[in-house]
Amino acid sequence: METVIELKNIYKTYVMGSEDLTVLKGVDVTIHMNEYVAIMGPSGSGKSTLMNIIGCLDTPTSGDYILRGQNVSEMDDQELAEVRNKDIGFVFQTFNLLARIDALRNVELPLVYSGMGKEERLEKAENALINVGLEDRMTHKPNELSGGQRQRVAIARALVNNPAIILADEPTGNLDTRTGEEIMALFETLHENGNTIILVTHEEDIAKHAHRIIKIRDGEIESDMINPSKVKKTAVPVE
Amino acid sequence: MGYFENILLALNSLRTNKLRAILTLLGIVIGVFSIIAIMTLLNALQAGIDTGLSQLGSNTFQIQKFPAIQFGPGNSKLRNRPDITYDEGVRLKERATVYKYMSLEFYEFAKTFKYESESTNPNFTIGGVIPDFLPCNDFSIQEGRFFTETEVFSASPVCVIGLETVDKLFKNINPIGKQILLDGRQFTIIGIYASKGAGFGQTQDNYAFVPITRFLQAWGSREKSCNIAIQAPSKETYNECQENVISVFRVIRKVKPGEADNFEIYSNESLMGTVNSFTQYFKYGAGVISFISLLAAGVGIMNIMLVSVTERTKEIGIRKAIGAKNVVILRQFLIEAVTLCLIGGIIGIVLGIAVGNAVGIFLNSPVVIPYDWVLIGLVVCSAVGIGFGMYPAYKAAQLNPIDALRYE
Ligand SMILES: Nc1ncnc2c1ncn2[C@@H]1O[C@H](COP(=O)(O)OP(=O)(O)OP(=O)(O)O)[C@@H](O)[C@H]1O
Ligand SMILES: [Mg+2]
Repeated sequence: METVIELKNIYKTYVMGSEDLTVLKGVDVTIHMNEYVAIMGPSGSGKSTLMNIIGCLDTPTSGDYILRGQNVSEMDDQELAEVRNKDIGFVFQTFNLLARIDALRNVELPLVYSGMGKEERLEKAENALINVGLEDRMTHKPNELSGGQRQRVAIARALVNNPAIILADEPTGNLDTRTGEEIMALFETLHENGNTIILVTHEEDIAKHAHRIIKIRDGEIESDMINPSKVKKTAVPVE
Repeated sequence: MGYFENILLALNSLRTNKLRAILTLLGIVIGVFSIIAIMTLLNALQAGIDTGLSQLGSNTFQIQKFPAIQFGPGNSKLRNRPDITYDEGVRLKERATVYKYMSLEFYEFAKTFKYESESTNPNFTIGGVIPDFLPCNDFSIQEGRFFTETEVFSASPVCVIGLETVDKLFKNINPIGKQILLDGRQFTIIGIYASKGAGFGQTQDNYAFVPITRFLQAWGSREKSCNIAIQAPSKETYNECQENVISVFRVIRKVKPGEADNFEIYSNESLMGTVNSFTQYFKYGAGVISFISLLAAGVGIMNIMLVSVTERTKEIGIRKAIGAKNVVILRQFLIEAVTLCLIGGIIGIVLGIAVGNAVGIFLNSPVVIPYDWVLIGLVVCSAVGIGFGMYPAYKAAQLNPIDALRYE
């Protein structure tokens, strides 16, 4: 099975005045095509830091990150922007939608940055919103939407460019259980359609949707195992 | 992302901060306004002066006691110049050899003309002249005739009036042959001169011309200096004519060799030169004002853009997170800065042209649009936008996506 993400001995250190704070201490992870991975761990253990590195929003202090055979550490700003635009769809806990433009424009934005023509762009953005069940909320601005609807807009935005990898950092953290389950069902569909999904969560209920669970503690991988309840569906070898 | 969308984006972000945008615009507006208003006015005056001057006869120059325009306090030498007398004029006319026409003129300003019960405002002018006045000053007769040398010799009480006088005193009456009171003295109207239109801020249609001899009898020559207009035989002989007249007049005025002339020669060209050097001061003044206010405005723009970048750090983070390249962010903020400057610039240009022309019209100058300065104004505004917007835009573009996203 094709390797999509390969993290080798990743360190992340923040310089805080005179003290150095090492948040990731030699993380090694390999993720294959169409895996569905949940990253769990206590607060402050470095989950978000790791996700941001995987999502090319942040760079590791040392270590190698190979994304689909390309060494990310060697990419310049422009290439990183392209990766964020085309290869990765990032879903944030706090949605991170642009407040001043409506749902459709928000979803359209990644396509604007990839240089797609106006008509094609709008069609794709509309389809993405339809797929997350928001066909009747396209012209609403973020503050005219519920939390769950906002998260769906954010998911539509993450999906609109057909990225192979979906990253979600506590996508249901700000949602009630029922809405959370709806969002998780969306991820389920995406996984069935062949996407690689990595999500960070605190909740066992959410993590149980994943096929593989990586637990982090104090910047180190504590455990990395197949989700027993899903084991029948996939047979992913884990090193 | 297209420029059009960037401009919409910029307008949108300006709209959300109207007051701030307006205050920032003010600097640009004032800077552009001052230069455009002054340039418009100067161009309007220039156009007025040009038409005014071309109304003088061609190949004509004048001799007067004082320069046409003086700067600062005149020096005592200038002030002590003796008046040019009628006699000196007559002698110059006799002795000078190279000229075609020579006009001798005295003027009485701010006089009232009366006909029966009608009277004009007290801002009309009486000119005592000789027949050569017509060609030298490019005047022509519309009705009746001008007076002759004989009438000058006999100091006849006849006059030639202009259309404004006709308008004021002779509605529906033929003025030829009528008796008119010029400043209380009776004259017979023998002709009407054609309109010269308005030259440089004042009409020339409110004059009455009488024989110079009669003029001197009626109003005297005290405190008056004769104005002499000379037309050269041709363009080729213009310089020769001027030299001849100057040398003869120096002898008549008893100027010793080596001494400076105690009279002033001026021509269309020298008048233009004086006017130009005069307007130059205004141009420099306006230039300095604009430069300072544009500089201040530029700093204002930079400040507002820095604030804007800080305020929108999160937005920049989001845009970068979903794939906006640095250059796209840079362009977005640059276009915003330039849009801001251009809006200010356009307002300044419109106001400047309006006010400049309003003042120009008040001074009877034609309406002009200084296209070159409009263009310069727009270019400078864009340059200010780019120059002062570059640093904030660069700062925005260089933000690390995750730091920008985390910004609260
Ligand atoms: N920019 C930064 N500068 C300094 N320290 C930071 C910075 N960002 C994160 N940290 C530290 O790194 C550690 C890990 O942070 P991270 O956000 O990855 O935790 P997390 O596992 O996502 O926690 P949570 O579950 O609460 O979201 C924390 O102790 C945090 O204080
Ligand atoms: Mg986190």
